[in-house]
Amino acid sequence: MKEWGYSILKGRQIDFENNDFSISRFVELHEPSFSWCIGCGSCTATCSAAKFTDFNPRKVNLLIQRGEIKGIEDEIAKCMLCGKCQLVCPRGINTRNVVQNIKRAISKSYAL
Amino acid sequence: MVLEGKKRVWEDYQKEIANDHYFYVRSCIRQTFFPGSETTFLRIMKNDLGKDVFEDARHTTCTGIGYHTDIVPLETTMTVIARHFALMTEAGYVNIIPSCVTSFGLYTEVLETWKHFPEIEEKIREYLWKATKREFKIPENLVHTSDIIYKFRSQIKEKSKVSLINKRTGEPLKVVEHIGCHYSKMFPTSGVGGAEFPSVLTGMIESWGGSVIDYPERRHCCGFGFRQYLVMANRGYSVSNSKKKFESMRPFQPDFIVANCPGCSMFLDRWQYTIAELEGVTYDNRGMGIPVLTYEEMAGLVMGYSPWELGLQMHQVSVEQLLDKLGIKYDKEQKYRGAKGQKIGEPQKPQFLIV
Repeated sequence: MKEWGYSILKGRQIDFENNDFSISRFVELHEPSFSWCIGCGSCTATCSAAKFTDFNPRKVNLLIQRGEIKGIEDEIAKCMLCGKCQLVCPRGINTRNVVQNIKRAISKSYAL
Repeated sequence: MVLEGKKRVWEDYQKEIANDHYFYVRSCIRQTFFPGSETTFLRIMKNDLGKDVFEDARHTTCTGIGYHTDIVPLETTMTVIARHFALMTEAGYVNIIPSCVTSFGLYTEVLETWKHFPEIEEKIREYLWKATKREFKIPENLVHTSDIIYKFRSQIKEKSKVSLINKRTGEPLKVVEHIGCHYSKMFPTSGVGGAEFPSVLTGMIESWGGSVIDYPERRHCCGFGFRQYLVMANRGYSVSNSKKKFESMRPFQPDFIVANCPGCSMFLDRWQYTIAELEGVTYDNRGMGIPVLTYEEMAGLVMGYSPWELGLQMHQVSVEQLLDKLGIKYDKEQKYRGAKGQKIGEPQKPQFLIV
């Protein structure tokens, strides 16, 4: 193909009509505190995994709630389940259970 | 009472458009992109409507492209525009009508600046005098040429030979209208219908029998944006904007797009080729793309002018599909012939876009 010197950028519009909310629905069902998140980022600030990788629990939460779950399996695999995020969460979200349920939803070991 | 209220409010969205005696200023780029448009405007105004339109060959660029790419300083732009006003004054006219939406926006911007900062106007008058020994009067009426066609849409309808109706189905053609950002987004009161309800193209389309598509990204920029387009590495921003619009309008299956801005007409037409080559996508059902017209070309077709005299062979997306729907007869052999019947050469065929 001809070299154009530029490419068409993908839009950053959130497509709520076509995004996949199966993980979000599953996690909210099994760990209702998942929906209490206010996106403060305390979890990411204290995250042990984030110190060594680009893991970002706040971003993962946001993307799942938007239904943008492409690549989420690799992201959530970076969590070491240390639970420090749970200690600092101002909303008292059971973050470890959230992570466990995200992994369950991804592995399809559930019935919606 | 409610209707009266709405009518009263709608009056605030109207603007004064002079009835005759216009000083016409051409666009830098339209004569290259869509070379028949400005000629068609003059033909309609002079021959069909009998209006007095004057143009001066000494008119130059308004520097809009240089100004919006941060190359030309504002004072220089103002002085160049002041010279245009001087040419108008010398010719004895008070109504100026730029063909380009960017020029229109820039003229408006300059006049607004002078209104609020008279000391700048004085400074520019001094610059102009030092540079050219010219003086000028502020135009009494500044409107875009699409406003003029909008004003006379009913007279054009009376003289029309073609309606924007699908001859096969009898249904009104579905038209996407696209207003240039510099027409009324910078100074809302300078456009018919303001920035919220720009009706300059809608008025033409509906008067001539077509129906307007109201799609989600209707008021989105076409993506031209001087900084985006002029630097090759940034052109992805430009084409992405157009693609967003195409994707939004595709479900409504438009018959054609009409725009009142040089850049919008150019890019909504040419980017369809680029998107097809880069991604193999077109936005119609037949792989031919959506034809794009300027408002003068649309008016010319309605008036029954020959599509090849209008310069429609210069479009990237083939217009024959639209001409067939309108029931306009055309000679395929004449498409790439000049005014004297000589061959003017044919463009190469795209790989994906069917022409």
